[in-house]
Amino acid sequence: MKIHKYDTVIVGAGGAGMRAAIEATKRSRTAVLTKLYPTRSHTGAAQGGMAAALANVEEDNWEWHTFDTVKGGDYLVDQDAAEILAKEAIDSVLDLEKMGLPFNRTPDGTIDQRRFGGHSRNHGEAPVRRSCYAADRTGHMILQTLYQNCVKEGVEFFNEFYVLDQLMTEVDGVRKSAGVVAYELATGEIHVFQAKAVIYASGGCGKFFKVTSNAHTLTGDGQAAVYRRGLPLEDMEFFQFHPTGIWRMGILLTEGARGEGGILRNKDGERFMEKYAPVMKDLASRDVVSRSIYTEIREGRGCGPEGDHVYLDLTHLPPEQLDAKLPDITEFARTYLGIEPYTDPIPIQPTAHYAMGGIPTNVQGEVLADNTTVVPGLYAAGEVACVSVHGANRLGTNSLLDINVFGRRAGIAAAEYSQKADFVELPENPESLVVEQIERLRNSTGNERVAELRRELQETMDANVMVFRTEQTIKTAVEKIAELRERYKNVAIQDKGKRFNTDLLEAVELGNLLDLAEVMAVSALARKESRGGHYREDYPNRDDVNFMRHTMAYREVGADGTESIRLDYKPVVQTRYQPMERKY
Amino acid sequence: MATPVLDKADATPEPGFADSPYITVTFRVRRFNPEVSAEATWQDFQLEIDPKERVLDGLHKIKWDLDGTLTFRRSCAHGICGSDAMRINGKNRLACKTLIKDINPEKPITIEPIKGLTVLKDLVVDMEPFFQAYRDVMPFLITKDTNEPTRERLQSAEDRERFDDTTKCILCAACTSSCPVFWNDGQYFGPAAIVNAHRFIFDSRDEAGEQRLEILNDRDGVWRCRTTFNCTDACPRGIEVTKAIAEVKRALITRRF
Repeated sequence: MKIHKYDTVIVGAGGAGMRAAIEATKRSRTAVLTKLYPTRSHTGAAQGGMAAALANVEEDNWEWHTFDTVKGGDYLVDQDAAEILAKEAIDSVLDLEKMGLPFNRTPDGTIDQRRFGGHSRNHGEAPVRRSCYAADRTGHMILQTLYQNCVKEGVEFFNEFYVLDQLMTEVDGVRKSAGVVAYELATGEIHVFQAKAVIYASGGCGKFFKVTSNAHTLTGDGQAAVYRRGLPLEDMEFFQFHPTGIWRMGILLTEGARGEGGILRNKDGERFMEKYAPVMKDLASRDVVSRSIYTEIREGRGCGPEGDHVYLDLTHLPPEQLDAKLPDITEFARTYLGIEPYTDPIPIQPTAHYAMGGIPTNVQGEVLADNTTVVPGLYAAGEVACVSVHGANRLGTNSLLDINVFGRRAGIAAAEYSQKADFVELPENPESLVVEQIERLRNSTGNERVAELRRELQETMDANVMVFRTEQTIKTAVEKIAELRERYKNVAIQDKGKRFNTDLLEAVELGNLLDLAEVMAVSALARKESRGGHYREDYPNRDDVNFMRHTMAYREVGADGTESIRLDYKPVVQTRYQPMERKY
Repeated sequence: MATPVLDKADATPEPGFADSPYITVTFRVRRFNPEVSAEATWQDFQLEIDPKERVLDGLHKIKWDLDGTLTFRRSCAHGICGSDAMRINGKNRLACKTLIKDINPEKPITIEPIKGLTVLKDLVVDMEPFFQAYRDVMPFLITKDTNEPTRERLQSAEDRERFDDTTKCILCAACTSSCPVFWNDGQYFGPAAIVNAHRFIFDSRDEAGEQRLEILNDRDGVWRCRTTFNCTDACPRGIEVTKAIAEVKRALITRRF
């Protein structure tokens, strides 16, 4: 075992982690621990753009953006946070441009902007051009630009280090963050990082679904690490299903395709979104579009022999426009489907895309131990966190924005904290939990296989807690997950070695997914209403009287060692917008 | 009826997803694990697979159902993250962007680690020398402004287009590890680093082009390129790598960029 000491430790090297690292490295001795090489993060898969009311191409302002974000989140958004997001969006985009990001340009040479779902002028009047973009590879450009600037600033990376445990020490009755424990993939060695401040920026957990746009590595490691240490997870029942994943594969096709004029059609060629969202049509918010697609499919208007998908039609757009604005997604259609988007519509279906919930933080990125108490020295930003700026449904282009605004904020706040704070003493045998977990998996002689349990988990999640949910389906999922958690105790791996043991890490990741899937299902069962991404067929309406509140899920361990989930609730911060019926 | 009817949806099965029977293919994989043996060996696996699946899907079938010790890097699985460059039937490709049907499944499909970088286990190589070469070309925007502009820097669409091709790089190392010069001399910067230097040299906002050109004028710089075009063939992003290298060479001679 090795012990390292840093002022600030950042877990994850995607957009939020690297944006935080650029700030933290300037202010404190910082290490970034990442299970992938920095440019491998799934930020790079984001396509369509980053929202900011620059008003470069038409009238716009941050107040309209705030409203759209609040409405898009079905009023579960904390409005003070949304206001910060929309206001700081403008400088965030300009900062990236100054760092070198090659945005597409207008004829005047300013940053070009395009339409995106749920973004409107003057509180829903018409779609507005707010998304700043670089073709359909905006996330790639952000990731590369941030890594380039990390190289420039000399950020210290520990590549292929898996953070498996969060260390907490009680000081004068207050639980503080003391550091993290990491597993080095190359050697199998355990590393303890003592740090004054820790920032989680480790991304989402979409891999508990089968059809998903998420990378294989998005397994909720950060959420699971803090949850196991008794800290809450907020709003985990809210998961976004992106309307346009490649049929069966789930690979993302950007909403920018509809921003550029693409149209969704059913098997009769009908532009069905006109029925569901007369004003915004194909650019209604994602939860609305995904439900509309599944409604078409359920009512027999789906495409293909099994009627299980619909079409994204780009054939009326000039090939030059597709080449200039949507080169990557048209290539995906050619590569993975053998389809030529110039002439043929693309089969799509909703795909599990984004966790609105996560580790609760305030607007400085400080992690919360309950509804109000900050955990000293612990921070989170990006998809792993829940500020909450996305509420019950995130708007497209607000995630690339989130990682930049709150990654920066968390980086500054954590580094300023570590400048003045002292190191907290490490707990006794800080590595013990990780060593025990690793040894148990390595030495297990059980008869369960990781891949089989993961497959069953993904199938039950797709079948029971996806776009449409009922008490019955969620209960089925809860029971299945409990069974899988039990069987996980008998999971065995084949690779017993120390060197690059990805077999072992996949087993660890499955454990994280199982914990988080359970939190999601239990939180969803208790929310007897429909709001944003959480749609209950047995409770089809939003219920502001009983459920205008954030879910807070805590892991409880009884005296006999049995685990359970305790749910609590946190009020939503409302400032200027009163909840209204949500129409697009 | 204002909306066109896509009648061919019912008439013919879609081009990529007709119901196709699974076929049997052989994956011949280069295995190496110094914890077990100092020698690398070939191992064959028989797989039932849909020809429209990816090579990465085949590797996952092996790892998940047959042999958990098989080790490779992967993440996004659709050609964006750059983790899974490997040598498939003798050519550098991303396993997640290569469909079985496109590489002649009649014969065994050979899968090896990319060349020129030290193999650490199975298909995993040491990426550090690759990233070091990248860092050495100063891959970040350098400007001499004493006062940062309040708004964005202006750039015409034409100036933006000038370096568009090289912004697509995902640092997968498929190009660099396909280069015979790099195989013989690991000191050579390699195509990927030059591509990333190009991305800044030809960015109208950047003011350190001369410095980068001097770095690449070095004995391990662009002049080592022998124009074999392996890099261009290997690039999974379709970047015209050899052309970019030629533009850097030309800029070194003319000092115009």
